[in-house]
Amino acid sequence: MSHREKDEHSGIDTTGHEWDGIKELDNPLPRWWLYIWYACIAVAVVMWVLLPAWPTLNGYTHGVLHQSDRVQVARDMADLKARRGAEGAMLTNASLEQIEQDPKLQTYAMAAGQAIFGDNCAPCHGAGGAGGKGYANLRDDVWLWGGSLSDIQQTITYGVRSGHPQARLSQMPAFGRDALLKPDEVNDLTEYVVALSHRKADRAAVYRAAPLYAQQCAVCHGPAGLGSQAVGAPNLTDADWLYGSDRQSIHDQIWNGRGGVMPAWTGRLDPDQIKAVAVYVHVNSGGAAAKTQ
Amino acid sequence: MWFNHGKLERHSLLLLIGIILVISIGGLVEIAPLFFIENTIEKVEGMRPYTPLELEGRDIYIREGCYLCHSQMIRPLKDEVERYGHYSLAAESMYDHPFQWGSKRLGPDLARVGGKYSDSWHRDHLINPRSVVPESIMPPYAFFANRPLDYHNVADKLKALRTAGVPYTDAMITNAKTDLEAQADPFSSDGPKFKKRYGDKVLQRDFDGNPDKITEMDALIAYLQMLGTLVDFSKYHPESGENNR
Repeated sequence: MSHREKDEHSGIDTTGHEWDGIKELDNPLPRWWLYIWYACIAVAVVMWVLLPAWPTLNGYTHGVLHQSDRVQVARDMADLKARRGAEGAMLTNASLEQIEQDPKLQTYAMAAGQAIFGDNCAPCHGAGGAGGKGYANLRDDVWLWGGSLSDIQQTITYGVRSGHPQARLSQMPAFGRDALLKPDEVNDLTEYVVALSHRKADRAAVYRAAPLYAQQCAVCHGPAGLGSQAVGAPNLTDADWLYGSDRQSIHDQIWNGRGGVMPAWTGRLDPDQIKAVAVYVHVNSGGAAAKTQ
Repeated sequence: MWFNHGKLERHSLLLLIGIILVISIGGLVEIAPLFFIENTIEKVEGMRPYTPLELEGRDIYIREGCYLCHSQMIRPLKDEVERYGHYSLAAESMYDHPFQWGSKRLGPDLARVGGKYSDSWHRDHLINPRSVVPESIMPPYAFFANRPLDYHNVADKLKALRTAGVPYTDAMITNAKTDLEAQADPFSSDGPKFKKRYGDKVLQRDFDGNPDKITEMDALIAYLQMLGTLVDFSKYHPESGENNR
């Protein structure tokens, strides 16, 4: 059956197969293709020798170069640290105040801090740090837990209600949801808080709520509503509101006692990165000194 | 030619034997090493099977196709380690059936997203991604917050995974439902028993901020908040010879 012959039109051999009179030319593979293919095989053999390649019964062939991605990335990270140079190392030794006052160090910390902030902090606090409902604004001089460099460093390191043993911790009771106060009393307190922030409020309700405020709220927010950074209680007399300034938002907050969670960044960021981002946040906020109330 | 190919092609039995021979060689080289998998997976401390609530969250993650835009695989490359943290270990996906490494990053890698943001951020972000990340192109998943989690067959899911080699104990399987409910309720009386089964580090709280019911939001946030947090890296030495590869 196999019967090779020369095709008379092209002068090329046929494969010798025939299907109902149809025959197939036995053209050779294009040379350029064939040689690239041989070259690939040769390269593969070289790579088997040089690089980790074949699985064996109790491991794998390591190759004569001993290439390892994990060794390589450790080396790359060390190189990166070296390339970041003297300023990077100085962050480790300098105090936060020194970093902020030394123009060269500050420039470095701001640049590093911005990159870290963009990836880790911006999802909640916003790309510019202006925050949002439930997420603190970092561009003003109003601070829940203190705005000094060391306060900011501590908040970043251990977080707020993060579950870390050294986290900043406080919990406003859910006065309405947990039935600590009657719905009427929550309504009255809402008016009282509105009045505290120098806005028009229902006078009778404010009068009724005064003893309630003194009894339930003053211990954290202070008798005059100025708040306390020691327990993260916001100042109720200013125009800065974490969960909204309208009556409904204030009512919701007294009813549910929400408190935000900020993760602890220790472990995820190294201490130098935390320093850089603390300086970044402090400088961006205008660098207010700690106001303890 | 020393071998007449025509003969092989004309005898079906001979062809069959030939095919089996070729496939067995391929199988031996590519599949057999997997039976000696002990030396592919690092020995680490902290890995545990997913809790029933996390498992349900994982199933939602798969159902919604999150893996189409999010990977769960930090490669050992400088840029990725800088941004996402320690590169992923094989051990971290050893209880994944199937693994969620993914192949595309329209969104960021999620292998170490656990603990990076607060529950309320995840809630806000899943309900309307643009409310917290203005430049995001992720679709909203607001319905998670309203849909009660369907977990009637969670024990069967644990059982199926045990068949695939995940070390769920009998107690974990029989108590799957109560464990699931306990994890979503910080005041649950079953909490201590649940923590005893899955370890003290396991998160037990009301993930979706709605104490009245267990929603799909609870499950998904529980899953996300656990991702990448299990391995105790203080006890893992990447530089030790066995782990360097």
